[in-house]
Amino acid sequence: MSQTYTVAELSTYIREMFDQDYRLQDIWVMGEISNLTRASSGHWYFTVKDSKSQVKCAMWRSSAERQSFIPQNGDAVAVHGRVSVYEPRGEYQLYADLLRPVGLGDLYAQFEQLKTRLEEEGLFDPERKRPLPAFPRLIGVVTSPEAAAFQDIQNVLRRRFPLAQIILSPTPVQGDTAPPYIVAALDRLNAYTDVEVILLCRGGGSIEDLWAFNDESVARAVAASPTPVITGVGHETDFTIVDFVSDYRAPTPSAAAEIATPNMDDLHHNVRLFYDTLAVLMRENISERRANLLAVERTMGHISPVRQIGNQRQRVDDLNARLVRQQRQHLIRLRERLESRAAALHAASPQAILERGYAIITHAQTGTRVKSARAVRPGEALHVRLHDGQITTRAEGTDHE
Amino acid sequence: MNELQQMPFEAAYAELETIILQLESGELPLDQSVTLFERGRVLAAHCQTLLDSAELRVNQISDSGELKPLA
Repeated sequence: MSQTYTVAELSTYIREMFDQDYRLQDIWVMGEISNLTRASSGHWYFTVKDSKSQVKCAMWRSSAERQSFIPQNGDAVAVHGRVSVYEPRGEYQLYADLLRPVGLGDLYAQFEQLKTRLEEEGLFDPERKRPLPAFPRLIGVVTSPEAAAFQDIQNVLRRRFPLAQIILSPTPVQGDTAPPYIVAALDRLNAYTDVEVILLCRGGGSIEDLWAFNDESVARAVAASPTPVITGVGHETDFTIVDFVSDYRAPTPSAAAEIATPNMDDLHHNVRLFYDTLAVLMRENISERRANLLAVERTMGHISPVRQIGNQRQRVDDLNARLVRQQRQHLIRLRERLESRAAALHAASPQAILERGYAIITHAQTGTRVKSARAVRPGEALHVRLHDGQITTRAEGTDHE
Repeated sequence: MNELQQMPFEAAYAELETIILQLESGELPLDQSVTLFERGRVLAAHCQTLLDSAELRVNQISDSGELKPLA
């Protein structure tokens, strides 16, 4: 069994369904005004009808106050707004934010027809939109020289990007006789100048005032322009056919000038930043190189031949010292050995024997040693050699054993 | 120096950006970095001068394509 709802729940549910439908949130409806009430609160209530149906409309004071066109019962209008449900009465309503007269040859029908046709041709395709130059030096402006819009554009450019040069291609922009002049003005810029971007602009006005920008020839000229075109036509809420065709749609002429150019304050800031970055980079660059150099020097120190030569020299010094030391010890040992030999030699020498009290006897005549008693004749002169001198004597006699 | 005085803003600005990118890469020989650094400083000063002294020029094009200054 299905659920049962309260009336309020049903109304809320239906309102939410309406509010989810994107088409109902942004819609144009054409019809005739009736039952118009302009309440003391400033809100407007009316009905829009055609031969077959009708819909209740409300326009709040905030929107009603901005209306340049004040409708009367019986006027043919196009109403823009969103459709939702007024829950207390369970009625759907059009909440209008814009109201425009329709009449002059059914302008809105024309507008929609042309829009549909050009859209189907692909003239609105996002891929057709060209990038805008970052620093346009030559900016073409297609507008009326007398218009406030042109003054606005100059003011914006003077403030934002005075490096630019403006080339105004003047044209009337008012009404339905303007299109051929606008097309010619665009063509002049493309034919004779090197402008990098074109601003196609007109200040605010009624839908009839802006109508030249809904003209097919103007739309096609914008589409065919070799130079990118920024449109700034009317106010925020005004959409014209050229807005769909152009490379960028700005809400107003001033906004078109802003979109076309960088902001000088930003550029100043960037250049200062570049300047500082340069100094930082250079400092880093040099300190990095210095660090590298130090590292290399340290490495070089380890493998340097200078250091190796130093090492070798030290080794030679060490060897030298060892050599000298050994030499000295060797000499000491030699001397000790020599002394002990000398002592031994001395002990064995005849002198030493003489010192012990012995004597050497030699024949005084021949100088030969007397080794035997038999060799001595009595009376023979003999030398007796003692350790400290010599005695000359004569043998008294001999005894043999 | 003369070449620089003729140099339009966007060219100087673009070269300045390139120089910074090159220096950031850190792969240049020292003398080249120093040259770029000097060049960058001159370009930055040039950009500032251009911005400071810029005055919007407004011309109007005639039907035959001639330009004349708009007072």
